[in-house]
Amino acid sequence: MREITYAQAGAEAIAEEMRRDETTFHLATDAPQSLVAEFGVQRVRATPIAEGALTGMAIGAAGSGLRPIVNWQIVTFCFVAMDQIVNQASKIHYMFGGQAKFPILFRALVGGGGNRAAQHSQSPYSMFMNLAGLKIILPSTPRDLKGLLKTSIRDDNPVISFESGRLLSFKGEVPDTDETIPIGKADIKREGCDITIVALAWMVHEALLAAAELEQDGISVEVVDPRTLVPMDAETIRASVRKTGRVLIADEATPTAGAAAEISALITEDFQTFSALKAPVKRICALNVPIPYSPTLENHVFPDRTDIIAGVRELMGKTLRESSDE
Amino acid sequence: MPVLPEVKRKMLRQMQTIRRFEERASDDFHEGGIFGVVHCYIGEEAIAVGVCEALRRDDQIISTHRGHGHCIAKGADLKRMMAELYGRETGYCKGKGGSMHIADFDIGMLGANGIVAGGIPIITGAALAAQLVSSDRVAVCFFGDGASNAGPFHESINIAAAWKLPIIYVCENNLWAAQTPSHKTLALPDVASRAAGYGIPGTVVDGNNVIAVHEAAQTAVERARAGEGPSIIECKTYRWRNHTERPEQADNRPAQEIETWKESDPIERLKGDLKSQQGQLSEDEWQALDKEILAEIEASVVFAKKSPFPQPESALDDVFAPVEVQ
Repeated sequence: MREITYAQAGAEAIAEEMRRDETTFHLATDAPQSLVAEFGVQRVRATPIAEGALTGMAIGAAGSGLRPIVNWQIVTFCFVAMDQIVNQASKIHYMFGGQAKFPILFRALVGGGGNRAAQHSQSPYSMFMNLAGLKIILPSTPRDLKGLLKTSIRDDNPVISFESGRLLSFKGEVPDTDETIPIGKADIKREGCDITIVALAWMVHEALLAAAELEQDGISVEVVDPRTLVPMDAETIRASVRKTGRVLIADEATPTAGAAAEISALITEDFQTFSALKAPVKRICALNVPIPYSPTLENHVFPDRTDIIAGVRELMGKTLRESSDE
Repeated sequence: MPVLPEVKRKMLRQMQTIRRFEERASDDFHEGGIFGVVHCYIGEEAIAVGVCEALRRDDQIISTHRGHGHCIAKGADLKRMMAELYGRETGYCKGKGGSMHIADFDIGMLGANGIVAGGIPIITGAALAAQLVSSDRVAVCFFGDGASNAGPFHESINIAAAWKLPIIYVCENNLWAAQTPSHKTLALPDVASRAAGYGIPGTVVDGNNVIAVHEAAQTAVERARAGEGPSIIECKTYRWRNHTERPEQADNRPAQEIETWKESDPIERLKGDLKSQQGQLSEDEWQALDKEILAEIEASVVFAKKSPFPQPESALDDVFAPVEVQ
């Protein structure tokens, strides 16, 4: 299979869907030149740097029968559009009794690692998970990104695609077909039997590297990638934890009320899964600070495979009780 | 072209329907049949009616927290409106929206909106949709003087002017932004004067003169339909009631100011105009018309009261639109 980058996969998905459905159009403060060349300046609009207005306009256009694709670029820019996201996009279908559809794709880059400091580095997906009414995807590979973006554009609801800035140049296999990937379905990125790592976005790759290293010590790691945060595929995560009895959740975001906390709750509030736990649930997340600029500070704040490995070893050394089914 | 007598009579009927609807909504709110918050449009009826009379069914409007008048003027069904106020499952939003969120997408009414200035980008997006599909329909954004000081107003009008979107921004300047007099918060006395900053026409009209409002709207609609871009129409008006109907709501307006504005009742003025012309409207005809309207309002209340409350479990419905098989 051919290999393309995460960024290319995203661009392909957009172009293919715009080709497929002429009710789609693109709004962003920069118009991607390849899209302009193919679809023209009517459908590929360069907007003023006014995210509040362009987000709201996408809602109005969606409610009028079109399928807008909005690229906020860096996620922090969408914070100036919070009224439109929170009060309007997430509530409008429900508030009006479901009488109109609002199919919108919002794209945003999350994460850090680029020494861009606090206002350009963040993984705030849990802020949006907390709202009812927005679907949220967080793909970790070029293939997942492309397939999930295509599904999101075809979905009749507002979908936010949080995309990892660290992965833009990451290459992976992507089929040369019209593959779509369902929203709400997790993917087991590596099978194992001793411990489950539920990893998000960039941390999926750190977890896979950690798993390869831990294998040398005879620790078999299963890596589960939720891929979608809303709706969350709790069953796939729980089934893996029931199998391994141990779980570490790896997320580049800060931990407080985060996606990792939600995943932890989904695991522990399920009786069967809770009963299968041999050790406490562990989170490996960023430190709870705004992301600092200087490399020594930024590197200290973000977790990586070293932290994952240490976390796994810690959990492997713990036993809550003798497993009841042994 | 002078406004035809039959059009005047139609507008008179609509204005009186709004007035009677609001009086009833207020009464039933105070009696406890209607919950939450109700914002009455009494005194401002000429604006919704004068503007919507210049529109086609497929033209789109968006409203504010004070939205009943716009719904009625655009042709919404009184029964479903009243049922929504009563929180019943037969309401426009199946009881999920209430007074501040009535919408009817089938008649181009994109909803009342509880956030001041929240609707401005959304209806601007509807105008963009019209432009993208080469429709000659136009969009109308109703908003208040309070919203004109908020960012979305400026962001949206700038884009609409830059892209020549088919939209009319209708400012209902009722001189008070909730409890604050507008002259304390507007840098310039006329919101319409801001049009100069965007290179578009801005007109101030007597918002209690339905004929003047209607003529200004016709001019702006013609311009929008012809692809020449947006306009601002500022209608000077006054709300007779307090900001909301809630009894604890402060009211800082001087009694004398309210009385003075009541002397400029838009309904009395149009009625007087019609009565002054031979054969246009007799007092008997007016009494009969009012009786007919009161009967319609009564029928809407009967319908609402007869309708069941939504099933509690339906709170879970319509968070997301159903997704077709990919």
